[in-house]
Amino acid sequence: MESLIGLLVGAPLLGAAVLLCGGRRLDRTGHWLGTLLAAASFVVGLLLFADMLGKDTEQRAMHQHLFSWIPVADFQADVGFQLDQLSMTFVLLISGVGTLIHVYSIGYMEHDERRRRFFGYLNLFLAAMLLLVLADNYLLLYVGWEGVGLASYLLIGFWQHKPSAATAAKKAFLVNRVGDVGLSIAIMLMFTTFGTFAFEPVLESTGETSEGKLTAIGLMLLLAACGKSAQVPLQSWLGDAMEGPTPVSALIHAATMVTAGVYLITRSGEIFNAAPDAQLVVVTVGAVTLLFGAIVGCAKDDIKKALAGSTMSQIGYMMLAAGLGPIGYAFAIMHLVTHGFFKAGLFLGAGSVMHGMNDEVDMRKYGGLRKHMPVTFVTFGLGYLAIIGFPGLSGFFSKDQIIEAAFAKGGTQGWILGTCALLGAAITAYYMTRVMLLTFFGEKRWDPAETHPHESPRTMTIPMIVLAFGSVFAGGYFKLNENFVHWLEPVTEFEHGHPPMSAATVTAATVVALLIGVTGAWFQYGRRPVPVVAPRGSLLTRAARRDLLQDDLNHVVLVKGGEHLTRGLVYLDHKLVDGVVNGTAASFGGLSGRVRRVQNGFVRSYAVSMFGGAAVLVAATLLMRAV
Amino acid sequence: MSFPLLTVTALVPAVGAVATAAMPAARRSAAKWLALSVSLVTLGLAAAVLVRFDPGGARYQLTESRPWIAEFGVRYELGVDGIGAVLVALTALLVPFILLAGWHDADEEAGGDKPGRRWRPTQGFFALILAVEAMVVISFLATDVFLFYIFFEAMLIPMYFLIGGFGDRAHEHGEEEASRQRSYAAVKFLLYNLAGGLIMLAAVIGLYAVTADQLGEGTFSLQAITEARASGELEMATNTERLLFLGFFFAFAVKAPLFPLHTWLPNAMGEATAPVAVLITAVVDKVGTFAMLRYCLGLFPEASEWATPVVLVLALISIIYGALVAVGQRDMKRLIAYASISHFGFIILGVFAMTSQGHSGATLYMVNHGISTAALMLVAGFLITRRGSRLIADYGGVQKVAPVLAGAFLVGGLATLSLPGLAPFISEFLVLVGTFSRYPVVGVIAAATIVLAALYVLVLYQRTMTGPVKEGVKGMPDLRVRELAVVTPLIALLIFLGVFPKPLTDIVNPAVEHTLSDVEKHDPAPDVEAAK
Amino acid sequence: MNPVNYLYLAALLFTIGAAGVLVRRNAIIVFMCVELMLNASNLALVTFSRLHGNLDGQIMAFFTMVVAAAEVVVGLAIIVTFFRSRHSASVDDASLMKL
Repeated sequence: MESLIGLLVGAPLLGAAVLLCGGRRLDRTGHWLGTLLAAASFVVGLLLFADMLGKDTEQRAMHQHLFSWIPVADFQADVGFQLDQLSMTFVLLISGVGTLIHVYSIGYMEHDERRRRFFGYLNLFLAAMLLLVLADNYLLLYVGWEGVGLASYLLIGFWQHKPSAATAAKKAFLVNRVGDVGLSIAIMLMFTTFGTFAFEPVLESTGETSEGKLTAIGLMLLLAACGKSAQVPLQSWLGDAMEGPTPVSALIHAATMVTAGVYLITRSGEIFNAAPDAQLVVVTVGAVTLLFGAIVGCAKDDIKKALAGSTMSQIGYMMLAAGLGPIGYAFAIMHLVTHGFFKAGLFLGAGSVMHGMNDEVDMRKYGGLRKHMPVTFVTFGLGYLAIIGFPGLSGFFSKDQIIEAAFAKGGTQGWILGTCALLGAAITAYYMTRVMLLTFFGEKRWDPAETHPHESPRTMTIPMIVLAFGSVFAGGYFKLNENFVHWLEPVTEFEHGHPPMSAATVTAATVVALLIGVTGAWFQYGRRPVPVVAPRGSLLTRAARRDLLQDDLNHVVLVKGGEHLTRGLVYLDHKLVDGVVNGTAASFGGLSGRVRRVQNGFVRSYAVSMFGGAAVLVAATLLMRAV
Repeated sequence: MSFPLLTVTALVPAVGAVATAAMPAARRSAAKWLALSVSLVTLGLAAAVLVRFDPGGARYQLTESRPWIAEFGVRYELGVDGIGAVLVALTALLVPFILLAGWHDADEEAGGDKPGRRWRPTQGFFALILAVEAMVVISFLATDVFLFYIFFEAMLIPMYFLIGGFGDRAHEHGEEEASRQRSYAAVKFLLYNLAGGLIMLAAVIGLYAVTADQLGEGTFSLQAITEARASGELEMATNTERLLFLGFFFAFAVKAPLFPLHTWLPNAMGEATAPVAVLITAVVDKVGTFAMLRYCLGLFPEASEWATPVVLVLALISIIYGALVAVGQRDMKRLIAYASISHFGFIILGVFAMTSQGHSGATLYMVNHGISTAALMLVAGFLITRRGSRLIADYGGVQKVAPVLAGAFLVGGLATLSLPGLAPFISEFLVLVGTFSRYPVVGVIAAATIVLAALYVLVLYQRTMTGPVKEGVKGMPDLRVRELAVVTPLIALLIFLGVFPKPLTDIVNPAVEHTLSDVEKHDPAPDVEAAK
Repeated sequence: MNPVNYLYLAALLFTIGAAGVLVRRNAIIVFMCVELMLNASNLALVTFSRLHGNLDGQIMAFFTMVVAAAEVVVGLAIIVTFFRSRHSASVDDASLMKL
């Protein structure tokens, strides 16, 4: 079975190569080829999953060593795969949701002349993402890590003729690159500390080195995770990334790629377990981001940006859980999977709405769409219920567990984190209800003469239905008999957290928070008509609309500062470094200009100097004799 | 006497250069094909060198040795080690692409096929490129310091004519300004490198004096000197060694180029045509970094160690400074030139980190930077030929009209920013790891600059390729067959070496062990093992 | 007769020749003065040969004559060509080869 692992990555990679190099001949069939290969990857994943289920819990991890990649003295990087329960979870999520989104894109991108290329990029993304979760060492993970970054860059900027899209793509890549610096430093630290950077030897020997080193490695890994998962302070790219086509937002910027940071931290669990300081930073980042994203999500009128804020916030939950150590890893991944279902579903729903509304993204220009798009309404609604944690749906189970685990951290920290998580749950309910109300309820605020909302084609609705199904039932299934926790336990370990109050109390508090959020949104957006032009809003609203001014800070400090710096350096290079050289050259030039006056071209003056020279020579000779 | 493979490898392009230059004026096209086939034969010979080279064997292989100027102990000594072998292969590989990319670059000077014209610029252009190839190859192969020095200097002559005589006609202030800038660039190139070379000549003579003094008989033979050092027969006084080291290093630092001796490169690369710019940065400059590794470290190990802190700082400055100044450029060829300065900083960092990873990384970096810059620069050249401008601001939306060109440009750019999966990533990471394991702070600072690399590449791509289609870009044709023949193999190679660099590392690693033993350094052991 | 007198004569001839080269402008005359200097040195060579009693100097003198003859051929040709193009035989008119 091991040899099948390569196929997981190979199939979409082949698709990418064929679609991107194939030329216009494939324009008519390319999207089917891409979808087929994504599905092939999913089927292989299922086969491997079935095989894995057939084995004992401890025997489930599979390894496949392909070839030696970079062998230089002690530095031995291999290309090898490791498929354990954690990777398996991701493989199924990525290839499953990926296939659905391929199907969806067939309809969504139907009228785009570059649809073949779009599918090529999607396949490239799948290959890179699968490589990321299947790699058995950090350096190969890094390849996948940057590979998804590249695919994300290409897909955000897919409509390159729009300068905003091109800028957003560049921004995403650059911010991610900052995170990548962290990852590469982490790998270097691992190499100098452990002499290797393969998962198994590194994670097994964490006990043999100092806590300081582990903290440093952990913090660098966290930096990488912040970049990829859009966590504070590297979150600024995610909102802009919504410039990409909606299926991209669903697949990359909601369900899979942005969760890679959580994967990285969970995968490196042993390092964080041994470095409590690093863990503290992880939970802090998670808690801050979950509030940050939620607040931003409340203020955005662009449906995709509101969802992007929500994604940030939900990943904050996962980070928070991952930072809690063995009491949280399993829940982080569980929330990651359920989030993959409902957030992808929500984005696809948003795409479907935009598809029917002439690509309008401003929710203030929606309203009352439930009658026109019944399927979208129902699937979006189920996703909505799941994300706010409506009891019984996926999000309820996964989020509730995280809140419980946050309280279980113990002490003041536990109380602070738990409160943050609860607060986040309330705000989530608020902004998601707002999205729901603005889009599907209330009066229609669009011009019926220009806009004719309609339900999307079957290729788009079917994936939405499948994802809605997942949003409803996945959480319940995972929770049943602690299925999910037991599944992951061999990889991530598991400890039962003990919150200072009973589990029922936490659940009750969560439900109360949910109700407060929903009611608040209902009072503001459900009871009275919504203005088409956004009101000025409070100071906080205005700040939240601008991503809490973080972008402005970046602009002033990094962009403007950088521009001045580069301009100054260009000037210096020209004037100072080159100036010194040119100055030297010029002074030699001036000297030789004076000397050359002697060469006046008159033969007779040359003759004089010759005779003069001869005379001097003779005189000198005689003088020497005399002495 | 076995077949003198190395001599033949260097001789074929030299003879080819003479033959090409001798072609009659009317046979322009024949001259081009002759030059191309000569370069392909050279490529075959270089491949034969790689095949014949046994990584597990002696340090220098396929050696040839004949007395040349017996009075001064100068010998005609050739030999190839793993590092030299891959660099000869790189040179031989790139030259056919350079020729193919510059196929029409000298046509304009020729003014068309008029009968009775005696001026033969096309022949000259192709012959000069082959001449440079021959000299570069022999500098990689020479194991006699004097022999090396002669060709190190001699290659300036054809390069001077290539820059000054066949420059880029595109200039924002018209052709006259272009011609003025071109001769400025050519003279600047020549003077910088001559200055470096003359200082090196003094050091070469000094080296002879030292060997003559201590060994009884002066010698320039690299092997003889290294062996004498190892056995203790030759002991240089500390100050002598340092002075000699500085003399050599200065010449190589100019050629490499290292901050603050770099300003000739942007001029030369900006004013030369794109293929010649590739010849400068991807081939000729590599002799500088190669020579640091072989001569500075091999002949003066203690002085190298003494100079390391300063060199590392200069290399770091080069890396950061080159990247930052690249961001601020308006001219895309100058941008690529500054990017190269940044990359040369990495190579020098790897050389002076004195670890296996650093040295292997630096060697691979030379190869990979050659290929990636060739890809990026040549595509930029195709773009410039189409539009007649080097200014980034004159472009926009190219990907809409010429998607294949834009795609190739992007791949070249991604290689330049060392995207994992492409070859330059491997070398850059090795250099970083190698540096980090000995000098953690330097390694961290260097690692942080990968953000800057992404910045200049993506800014360049965004401004030229994306956005609305600009006026002058409309109707721009996509890559032609000849251009595809240049770009496709380079990109394929970037991907192949990014996925499977083992064939190269296998050849380079043993050679690196030797250079490390020259400087008597060992890789730092990891903490965990050290604790045991 | 004292052979040293021949040396005085040679020095005198050389000086006349040198002065001619320096002060005259006509290329032909300058040329003839150069010949005069050559012959002065020839005379000196032969004299020394006689003084030292070996033939080296005489052989040298023959060489000088041959060179002088060759030089006359080339030099006169140049002067004639120059005269044709410039209609002048003044050396000061040939001042174009300056830096």
